[in-house]
Amino acid sequence: MDELKTLQDDALKQVQDACALSELEQVRVHFLGKKGLISQQMKALGQLAPEDRPAAGAQINVVRDAVAEAIDAQKAALERAEESKTLAREAIDVSLPGRPREPGGLHPVTRTLDRLNALFASLGYTVATGPEIEDDWHNFEALNIPSHHPARAMHDTFYFDDGRVLRTHTSPVQIRTMMAEEPPIRIVAPGRVYRCDHDLTHTPMFHQIEGLVVDRDISFSDLKGTIVTFLNRFFEADLDVRFRPSYFPFTEPSAEVDVQCVMCAGDGCRVCKQTGWLEVMGCGMVHPKVFEETGVDTSVYTGFAFGMGIERLAMLRYGIGDLRLFFENDLQFLNQFRG
Amino acid sequence: MKASISWLKSLCPTDRTDAQIVSDLTMAGLEVDALESAAHPFTQVVIGQITEISPHPNADKLNVCQVSDGDMSYQVVCGASNVRPGLKAPFAQVGGSVGPDFQIQEAALRGVTSSGMLCGADELGLADERDGLMELPEDAPVGMDFSAYLDLPDSVIEVDLTPNRGDCLSVTGLARELAVLTETTFEAVSCSPVPPVHDKTLPVTLSAERACPNYVGRVITDIDVTAATPIWMVERLRRSGIRSIDAIVDITNYVMLELGQPMHAFDADRLDAGIEVRFAESGETLTLLDGKVLSLTSDVLVIADQTKALALAGIMGGEDSGISRETRNVFLESAFFDPVTIAGKARRFGLHTDASARFERGVDWALAEAACERATQLMLDICGGQPGPVVVTEATDAMPTQASVHLTDARIAQQLKIDLAPADVETMLSALGFVVTRVESGFQCIAPSWRFDVEIEQDLIEEIARIYGYNRLPISLPAQALSMAQVPEASTPLTRLKAFLVDSGLNEVITYSFVDPDLQSHLGDGSTGVRLANPIASNMAEMRRSLIPGLVEVVRHNVNRQHARVHCFETGQCFVEGESGLDQSERLGVALYGEHQHAHFSGQRGVDFYDLKGLIEGVASLGGGSALEWSVAEHPAMAPGQTASVSRDGQLLGHVGRLHPRLAREMDLARPLYLADLQLAPLLSGQVTAFKTISRYPRVNRDIAIVVEDRVSWSDVRQVVSALNEPRIREMQLFDVYRGTGIEPGYQSLAISLSLQHTDGTLDETTIQQIMDHVVDALKAQLHAELRG
Repeated sequence: MDELKTLQDDALKQVQDACALSELEQVRVHFLGKKGLISQQMKALGQLAPEDRPAAGAQINVVRDAVAEAIDAQKAALERAEESKTLAREAIDVSLPGRPREPGGLHPVTRTLDRLNALFASLGYTVATGPEIEDDWHNFEALNIPSHHPARAMHDTFYFDDGRVLRTHTSPVQIRTMMAEEPPIRIVAPGRVYRCDHDLTHTPMFHQIEGLVVDRDISFSDLKGTIVTFLNRFFEADLDVRFRPSYFPFTEPSAEVDVQCVMCAGDGCRVCKQTGWLEVMGCGMVHPKVFEETGVDTSVYTGFAFGMGIERLAMLRYGIGDLRLFFENDLQFLNQFRG
Repeated sequence: MKASISWLKSLCPTDRTDAQIVSDLTMAGLEVDALESAAHPFTQVVIGQITEISPHPNADKLNVCQVSDGDMSYQVVCGASNVRPGLKAPFAQVGGSVGPDFQIQEAALRGVTSSGMLCGADELGLADERDGLMELPEDAPVGMDFSAYLDLPDSVIEVDLTPNRGDCLSVTGLARELAVLTETTFEAVSCSPVPPVHDKTLPVTLSAERACPNYVGRVITDIDVTAATPIWMVERLRRSGIRSIDAIVDITNYVMLELGQPMHAFDADRLDAGIEVRFAESGETLTLLDGKVLSLTSDVLVIADQTKALALAGIMGGEDSGISRETRNVFLESAFFDPVTIAGKARRFGLHTDASARFERGVDWALAEAACERATQLMLDICGGQPGPVVVTEATDAMPTQASVHLTDARIAQQLKIDLAPADVETMLSALGFVVTRVESGFQCIAPSWRFDVEIEQDLIEEIARIYGYNRLPISLPAQALSMAQVPEASTPLTRLKAFLVDSGLNEVITYSFVDPDLQSHLGDGSTGVRLANPIASNMAEMRRSLIPGLVEVVRHNVNRQHARVHCFETGQCFVEGESGLDQSERLGVALYGEHQHAHFSGQRGVDFYDLKGLIEGVASLGGGSALEWSVAEHPAMAPGQTASVSRDGQLLGHVGRLHPRLAREMDLARPLYLADLQLAPLLSGQVTAFKTISRYPRVNRDIAIVVEDRVSWSDVRQVVSALNEPRIREMQLFDVYRGTGIEPGYQSLAISLSLQHTDGTLDETTIQQIMDHVVDALKAQLHAELRG
């Protein structure tokens, strides 16, 4: 039996010494292969007396299992080492920049408009749109601005030879909506508008959003409440809001709305021209003549309308100082509104 | 409208501060744009008189003056050219100050002691430009404090009036309003009749009664037109932004500012037998006071005599009949002109006068006679003269009438949600000049003759709200019946499309809807767009027909600023005049230029046609509609061979392609620019998913390679296969296109992978082979394809 012990020791040593998977495989074949040394021991059992065979066989099995177990363990260890080497080889510099999947960005006007639409949608307003080349009736006449009206001079209108105009406000969409739908009406009408004016603080094209609500028993306080709530939600701040009487031919009473300056919290700064207030929108109760033009029954319905410049809101919201940037489309500008 | 606070307070004696008055007016709808001091601050400035002058011993341009302040004489060195003995001028004494930083001290000027300073009007903030010493009238009391003399300190407010409030284009109008707001008693200007001393008159004929129903005239003889305008009037005019011209003009301007009635003074001796107010004859000419010669049309109202037009009614006087230094006799005009007749006429002739601004908005039609009396009195006081009788010529039937408006308690409560006592309503409206009568559950209100903006009940609601205070009115949100919104699933929201493009790395841009006509024609088929009649610039004169011109400009702008990658898109209306009228539907434009992605160390490549095509296909797939059809096409701005027309369900959407290299060179674009210009609505349309049973059986992939002629396109191959209507072919992918060794010139090899699957069972080898044979046979038959060995 010493022979068997020596064989086991020798096998275990060789397993231990194998430092590559191929070498270990050779060791396995050498001891456990069909013609391996341990397998030969098994075959040699036949030469023993039958009564000795079970005990001797059992002893060989013990040796064989021990060697097999050692081989498996060594194999696993070698595989782990091999994998570690591969991984070490494949290590990368994780600080290198990722392959770009940078999103572009919405234009800040669109970004602002989307927020406005969402805010008003939460109050049940739907979005209405209309053509930018309008006829005189939709842009002026139906809005109680007859041709001799001094308010026309305030509009600096772009004309076409056939008398059509580039809409000077999105109010014609109000008219189209009231012509097409029965109250109750709750819409916002965003879009491009045009004024023949180009200087530091005016571009010949800009964006407006108009709101219109027509229903039974709509009051001036409903208008005030809607505007105050909207401004606080838009600027995400609890701001003072004030209403000043003003004049628009299509509303009566009419108001200009000032919001406490968002730049200086009302203390006075360059943006608010030291007044502490920012003029942000016009609004009023829909003028009965507009209802008459569009066939809304004034004995049943009242309504309010409001309108504001999107660029103005975006400038205040993002602190943009120059209106002209909006239409230069410089990537240095646009890329600040990624995602 | 500019006016000084002291003038306002002379009619509305309130003790409100300047800032309070600004707030009172602004919050009542009369927006005060500016509040400025009427002069620089100064102290110890008195009226001085120069008694002697001698030349400065050491300086040619300086004089040494002896100046009296009534008590003492001071030696003052002065450089002004209008110094002379006897002249009275503001004299800043030692210890005083002029302006915020300038202290007057005794000083030696070139060796001569100077005790004080004689002042120019500019130094005191009374003029913008330097014009020697300020010359004071002979009757100015020497030694009097100059501030007291000029009624200083005083402030000037500038009110930005809305077009409906023409009645506030006067100090009277503003003061009347302020009196209501501050509950002060309004003290109207006295316009007592001035009795005539002779009976000279000029006959007046109203030939356009609707346009001019009321004309008040008066002859004043023996007037001294060279008389000096008194300093108080000069100052009030100045504080209202009007320069003193001569006494007659100053007086008419003063009455206009004070009462709101524009007036005109003619030289009575230059009028040919009476006045006619009529419309001009077409082609009639008129030389204005400023020398401009106008050719008139028949809708322009003029003041004429027997032979010629004298003045543009309500706008500006004429040169031939104006006051000159020789004028002895004046004919004073104070009239009412219909706003609609006057509106827009001044602008048409490139004019904007104080008179036209007022008549366009509406001048109090009951004011003309009183204003005439007021002006007469001032003329007599300042210029002397003999007044004739006031002649009022009126077409009573054509006069405006006072609106009578019914206002109900219920309307006030419904609109304003406040509970006002009828007495309060009555007080507010009466103070504004309305004649108010309480009737059953409401009021009958007659508007004053100066309020052209009050016609209906809603106008009175505004008046009440304004006087009550907009900011005191309650706040609520509309109570509304809940209703559930429509959420159409078959169309992609525009926000979704934009999000897809943004997530794909594109920037949204917004460009002007009007473009350079040359650029548009260059980038298009030469046809013109809709032209603006009054463009702001020649390169913004035409409405865009597509989004391409705007996008090309954006790419150029950014490439010129060293951006290696410009990927952008725009959506918006485009304007094409067609046979069925103007089409202004929305389009989507995309531009890809330069690198495919931002720089990365793993390498980069430039964009190509297929990047843009993939993007557009991605957009179109959002709504689940049918696939886009791509065909070889030509487009004037795009490179032949790299241009496709894009259709969906047989409808042409537009084009996708590479900007023609010739155009790219012209625009200094070194790399290819890929452009898409497509109709937006069909891209957004789709369909709600109709579920198809999914197969639980395995999918089998079979690859084939076919050789076809170069001219055979991938879509030809797709069409042949899809025409087989073989439901078991689930997908077909092109995975290689090869030309070169092993393939005859003029031919290409297309490697195609077909994915086969059946819903009812596993496909056996025989069936698979049958399907593949079917495909190959069809390709052979229809495209002369050969299987590549």
